[in-house]
Amino acid sequence: MSPASASSSEPGSGTAAQGPTAPAPRGRTGRGPRGSRRPLARFLARRVAVALLLAVAISLVTFVLTNLVPGDPVAANLGQRALGDPAIVAQWRADHGLDRPLPEQYLLHLEGLLHGDLGMSQQSHRPVRDDLAEFVPATLELAGTAIIISLVLGVAFGVIAALRRDRPSDHVLRLVSLIGISVPTFWLALVAFYVFFFRLQITPGSGRIDPGLSPPPQVTGLYTVDSALAGQWDVFASAVGHLLAPALVLALYTIGLLTRFTRSAVLEVLGQDYVRAARAKGLPGRVVLFRYVLRPALVPIITVAGLAFGSLLSGTVLVEAVFAWPGVGQYAYKSATTLDLPAVMGVGLVVGLVYLVINLVVDVLYGVIDPRVRVS
Amino acid sequence: MTLTISDLKVSIGDAEILRGVDLAVDSGHVHGLAGESGSGKTITGLAVLGLLPHGSRAAGRIELEGRDLLTMPPKRLNAVRGAEIAMVFQDPATSLHPMVTVGVQLTEHMRHHLGIGRKEARERAVGLLAKVRIPSPEAAVDRYPHQFSGGMRQRIAIAVALACEPKVLIADEPTTALDVTVQAGILRLLRGLCDDLGLAVLLVTHDLGVMSAVADEVSVMKDGLVVETGPRGQVLTEPSHAYTRALLESLPGDGSELPQEER
Repeated sequence: MSPASASSSEPGSGTAAQGPTAPAPRGRTGRGPRGSRRPLARFLARRVAVALLLAVAISLVTFVLTNLVPGDPVAANLGQRALGDPAIVAQWRADHGLDRPLPEQYLLHLEGLLHGDLGMSQQSHRPVRDDLAEFVPATLELAGTAIIISLVLGVAFGVIAALRRDRPSDHVLRLVSLIGISVPTFWLALVAFYVFFFRLQITPGSGRIDPGLSPPPQVTGLYTVDSALAGQWDVFASAVGHLLAPALVLALYTIGLLTRFTRSAVLEVLGQDYVRAARAKGLPGRVVLFRYVLRPALVPIITVAGLAFGSLLSGTVLVEAVFAWPGVGQYAYKSATTLDLPAVMGVGLVVGLVYLVINLVVDVLYGVIDPRVRVS
Repeated sequence: MTLTISDLKVSIGDAEILRGVDLAVDSGHVHGLAGESGSGKTITGLAVLGLLPHGSRAAGRIELEGRDLLTMPPKRLNAVRGAEIAMVFQDPATSLHPMVTVGVQLTEHMRHHLGIGRKEARERAVGLLAKVRIPSPEAAVDRYPHQFSGGMRQRIAIAVALACEPKVLIADEPTTALDVTVQAGILRLLRGLCDDLGLAVLLVTHDLGVMSAVADEVSVMKDGLVVETGPRGQVLTEPSHAYTRALLESLPGDGSELPQEER
């Protein structure tokens, strides 16, 4: 997953230093007080352009890294007997384009990408695109649910802890977040599966839906959405039930992390003059909380959230394994161990693009939350 | 008297910050509250608005036209804040919300306290900005605080404070964070508003030069007590308390218009 981390550090780091109190240094040196006519549109266009460039860079990095991996895909894919026959080996290499020089292979690879062609998986003997279309939505559904859960609970817990500083609820939440941060995901997944499924039988077992049900007709690949679209509410209930336990397990780390960061960010903003000024204006408590406290606090929170969601993605591999979730993590593991290079590249590309989208969203949110980022 | 503080005691934990402060501010008057840092000036101002730091206790009386603010239920006090008593803070770079337009900051409490609509509030906001002499107020309402200079920001903060036509204005070191050249303009503005609108202004400052420029009455605080109070001329020219004399003597050379007493 190294290509993904390479891409995530670049767009994130430039804005990561922005705290709630950070002044806007660009305000002085920028284009003057007015800015351009439609600052938000320009800001968005710039961000998307950068993201596109990075997408090409990701494809290059995945390609190079995949080809640098020591190991012979021929040995991994052909049997002992076939390996002894040079003609078969040569034929296999030619079939998979491995006899050409690397730059040429990359250009072919890139050309294929533009047509949506990710090559053939050497394991499943299917186009990698079809494999990904099957496995990626499962992971997106799991990770997306975990992200939503951790954002809602993490921010809510952090705000409560900050507003009730040093009271019992703050101490309880501190303990909860500490557990969330320090307990390894794979262990938690195993324990949760054992306790809630085998012992208490309050959560459904492995997989995405009950074995007796058939999957909803594929539109988005997300079972919850597809079943709701098809009006199959029994499937929907089953999909939600199967989703909750693994998503919560996956979310626990980010919940803990976001609780801690939100707490400190909110406490920092609470000490700001403009919060005191807002109170002096006699504004209702909810206006002070949302407009004056939460909005500035969101800047550091989304920075951490963007980074945390990256690590959440790598956590899916373990959670998917424990809950037998047919996602891209399992697929990536199998492809990597069999040196199925087209599949590995496909996974690397997808994960890289997801990181890219997360960073793009974070960057755009900076501009939405803090007008100084886009005005100047 | 518009605002009367009597025997105000404030403690945070074991520390007694105010030990029985008496103070009165009348409408149309600027009452200067002087003293070194830590003497309790700022806490006095915050106590009036019920904005004391977390974990502090207050006793005594703070009366606004006969109503005791200290015993007022929080909801009613919140209706007084911003509407009848407003505050201007020391540093306009931090007392305005950096991510919200000037217009919103000028209108949000107006709409809440006065129950007026968006359009009317905006028109009033433009008028307020004109009143504090912000150039092209029509455009200024849609800008953000960082697009203004420090002096302009403090004028905006004053406009925000005046939006609901309060009776009392507490100005906590309103010129300390500004250039000396800008200070005079802000002080003239405050003085003018006080006279025109009949505001009762409590001007908290450690700067006796500022005090002598605008205050009608002066009170001097030390260690949580008001040690001297009276008309400006009397306090600044014939100080009766040793501490006031020490304060006056500590002025640099430009305090030439103030008499230097012998020790």
